[in-house]
Amino acid sequence: MKDNNFEPKLLGIFCNWCTYLAADLAGVSRMDYPANLRIVRTMCSGRIDPQFILWAFRNGADGVLIGGCHPGDCHYIEGNYKTLRRYKFLKRILKEMGINEKRLRLEWISASEGEKLQRVVKEFVEEIKKLGPISNDDAFKKVLTSTKGGKK
Amino acid sequence: MSKKPKIALYWCASCGGCEEAVVDLAEDILQVVEKAEIVFWPVAMDFKRKDVENLKDGEILVSFINGAVRTSEQEEMVKLLRKKSKIVIAFGSCAYTGGIPGLANSYSKEEIMNYYYKEGITVFNPEDKKPTPQYIEKNLSFEIPEFYERVYALDQVIDVDYYIPGCAPTRNVVKNSIFTLFSGNLPPKGSVLGASSKALCNECPLNDTKPEKITLKEFKRIDKNQPEKDKCLLIQGFACLGPVTRGGCEALCVKASYPCTGCFGPLDGIEDYGAKALSFLASLIDSKDEGEIENIINEWMPNPLGIVYKYSLPKSLIFETKNKKNGG
Repeated sequence: MKDNNFEPKLLGIFCNWCTYLAADLAGVSRMDYPANLRIVRTMCSGRIDPQFILWAFRNGADGVLIGGCHPGDCHYIEGNYKTLRRYKFLKRILKEMGINEKRLRLEWISASEGEKLQRVVKEFVEEIKKLGPISNDDAFKKVLTSTKGGKK
Repeated sequence: MSKKPKIALYWCASCGGCEEAVVDLAEDILQVVEKAEIVFWPVAMDFKRKDVENLKDGEILVSFINGAVRTSEQEEMVKLLRKKSKIVIAFGSCAYTGGIPGLANSYSKEEIMNYYYKEGITVFNPEDKKPTPQYIEKNLSFEIPEFYERVYALDQVIDVDYYIPGCAPTRNVVKNSIFTLFSGNLPPKGSVLGASSKALCNECPLNDTKPEKITLKEFKRIDKNQPEKDKCLLIQGFACLGPVTRGGCEALCVKASYPCTGCFGPLDGIEDYGAKALSFLASLIDSKDEGEIENIINEWMPNPLGIVYKYSLPKSLIFETKNKKNGG
């Protein structure tokens, strides 16, 4: 299923203090970036439970972008380091489950870096376009073949 | 005809440990037999499928089904038992969350067949024969059950009323849940029977030695290190999954100096056991450096999926099928 007009659905989960404000800044500064990204705000990137990410993939997100404060800048002191550890761990798990690990990306974007946000989202959309829809991934082939013609 | 309630026990893709757990009831099983009539138990008694088919719908009070569902035969049998039973219980980890057979979901059916009929080092199969659902030789046709693309937990195939966790369920858990059922005092549908609603740490004898905050520079593997006795396994660096696992087993493994691997499944409110376990283990790592974090994870775990999803891969959010009743 290679579709040239494929528009990926991306979920951004951004920390309230940095990346969410960067997105806000990009907005008020009229920096445009692809409309493929839907943003959810959490108080800290450390609040992001790996369950959220799996849930997003299961429900059709082609990619998930986690945005947090730069190392050392966390509003809650260490939340973003927890994010980093979970992210590294989750990447390995995703790979073994049969999901392309590139579909998950972590970026540190501060409140003043509207431009970085713009660049990252553009890059991410391009990258996911190359990978195609998440239903192409091995894990989902199994789920899909089993939900369609009964378990065959 | 006896008026005793009828019960059935069946196994699907499982190791037999759950059946053993029932046998382990020892003299208590007499109390069960006194109160109920066993109408189907292929492992221990001679019953045929016809015996179940001849029963009226809903005639069996309780069916205890253990093991994950992997083949067409297992699917047919559990659907038949569902039809004939008032209550169906997923007995043990494999039926509850997919169990160890469920780890096969990280491979395709083709990879599995190739390994077992071709590439495995002890395999001798020069004609490259593989099982097929239908086999014809000399005008005779044989049918064997079909091997499905993935492994299912029981409630992904049929409607399940209650769950009994454990690999295998401990004697007390089995006993308590059976007596709960016979008492007629039934908890709400979907409940986990016989186990606790608190985390395993809560009943662990080493819990007092667990500090408020744990940070680790390395994880130790139990096959290469000997844990100290009487000291929380987690602070010693063993990945004990007690904090995210349902209690009820009385910390049997920990008492034998073996870290909890999570067979009692998720606590209430957790949808994806593996993701939660991963989240908790990752946050213990004492490092702020990307490379170092990667090293700690890689060195410790040749197979991370087998650690956090040891018993629950088919029930992971990724593999969860929405349309449960129709077989996923």
